[in-house]
Amino acid sequence: MELILDHVNHSYGDVEVLNDISLSVGSGEIVCIVGPSGCGKSTLLRILGGLEKPDAGAALIAGDPPADSLNPLTYVFQDFALLPWRTVEGNISLVLEDHSVRKDKARAIITDVLARTKLSEFANAWPRQLSGGMKQRVAIARALSVNPAVMLMDEPLSALDSQTRELLMDDLIELWGQVGFSACYITHNLAEAVRLGHRIVMLSRRPGKIREIVDIDIPLNERINHPAETAAIQRRLWEAMRDEARAADRELSDVA
Amino acid sequence: MSLDATNELGAQPRRNVSELQQSGKIKPVPFRGGGFVHSRHRFIAPILFVVLVILWEIGSQTGFISNIALPAPSEAAGAMSDLFETGMIWNHLSASLYRLVVGWSLGSLIGVFVGLAIALFSLVRAGVSPFISALFPIPKIALLPLFIIWFGIGEGSKVATILFGVFFPTVIATYGGVDNVDRNLIRMGQSFGLSWISIVRKIIIPGALPAILSGFRISASIAIILLVAAEMIGAEFGIGAYILMAGALFATDQLIAGVAMLSVLGLTVGWLISRAEHMLLSWRA
Ligand SMILES: Nc1ncnc2c1ncn2[C@@H]1O[C@H](COP(=O)(O)OP(=O)(O)O)[C@@H](O)[C@H]1O
Ligand SMILES: [Mg+2]
Repeated sequence: MELILDHVNHSYGDVEVLNDISLSVGSGEIVCIVGPSGCGKSTLLRILGGLEKPDAGAALIAGDPPADSLNPLTYVFQDFALLPWRTVEGNISLVLEDHSVRKDKARAIITDVLARTKLSEFANAWPRQLSGGMKQRVAIARALSVNPAVMLMDEPLSALDSQTRELLMDDLIELWGQVGFSACYITHNLAEAVRLGHRIVMLSRRPGKIREIVDIDIPLNERINHPAETAAIQRRLWEAMRDEARAADRELSDVA
Repeated sequence: MSLDATNELGAQPRRNVSELQQSGKIKPVPFRGGGFVHSRHRFIAPILFVVLVILWEIGSQTGFISNIALPAPSEAAGAMSDLFETGMIWNHLSASLYRLVVGWSLGSLIGVFVGLAIALFSLVRAGVSPFISALFPIPKIALLPLFIIWFGIGEGSKVATILFGVFFPTVIATYGGVDNVDRNLIRMGQSFGLSWISIVRKIIIPGALPAILSGFRISASIAIILLVAAEMIGAEFGIGAYILMAGALFATDQLIAGVAMLSVLGLTVGWLISRAEHMLLSWRA
């Protein structure tokens, strides 16, 4: 299955946010979208997952999602979005209950995704007892439980400290090695993009246009052994982004 | 800079301290933190209560507190034991509890439903919430004569007074609670394909529950106030009727006994709601 954005334009009132964006996320591919803050990355992701309608253009699905995918387009949010009144297990079963996965089957799925995200001992913990990194692991486990065709991740690591971020990046790479998920991964952190992206799409400042697309051929699990190449790509991206970011920073805006 | 030099620098403050200590030129940084923290003292309140009652009793016995102004606690206790001996306490209590339980439960139930409807459907909000705002500030006891005409002098008018008094604050607490549920959680529910009813049942209602329960706390005390007021107008039995009768006869010992019953009733209701909060909101710790 391939997820496609076809010539998408979007505005909020007079503010043009996205300008003629076309991109696609193929099967097993992680596409990172980077851009200065306020350039419309979250808006793009909401359109991609059907939470918002674009003014022009469309989000399209090519091919059928896998038959066992309960929720083909599944989000992972920056603020985790866990229900504080449900335990780790309860938060995952929440999204299975509505797809009439119950009892033994649900239990098997929950055990599996908790093991994959190294959370097995925390099945009965409350979200308030978990660190930020653990909460995001739960959110990733929850996303995996519905067997998504594409994961839509909106700055999933941005609320975490840099050490936790490193750990979770390693975990995501390991996880990708196991399940080979597809993802559209939004970030403003170029280091994350260079570590996790098969392709990096850079947006300009608002209104977001595609400024540059970079494909990285080095396999994800080997990137750590190619520091020179990845650093070079990261530097090139930063050269391109610096002026955009500086200009975006100096813009007046009513919305934080 | 050599290593030795850094060592010496590092050691310097310590040497200075001992020197200064000897010379007496040193004092600790004054402590300014502390206070403004709650620590639990479980026994203070009961002890204070007992001490006050004893002081009151002594005051009454010695004549320092005039018997006309305030009866001795022992007299109030006597009035209370009279109530038990004659069995009248059960008549009064059961009449009051019936009105309270029926009025409060119905008012809360309808209030939560209307509050949810206002919060979830913008048409209902646009239509109903101005009426709620307009009717909420009316003291419901002022409507008692109307309720007597509509629902009769018996139980109906009293239950209705409590029901209406409880209804409005419950509506407002409920829809305020729903409005404050984290929008991101609702978005999350939608993004996982949860049905509307699941989002309401599993995300919105649990998220609003803390606000609804604190609304219950307020509505329960309103219910007790209205109970007494309604019972003071045309009731044979009930704590309010008992207090009114005692007041009319200037039987201050009975009056104090009645007030003590109300206080126990209020404490019990508060305790029950605390239990409910403890059970339903255990996730908050
Ligand atoms: N619901 C909305 N209503 C109005 N303006 C919005 C809304 N959401 C986002 N915006 C505006 O659109 C622009 C892009 O926002 P967003 O997509 O969140 O950017 P990013 O995620 O790249 O930081 C911002 O300037 C923001 O102010
Ligand atoms: Mg964003």
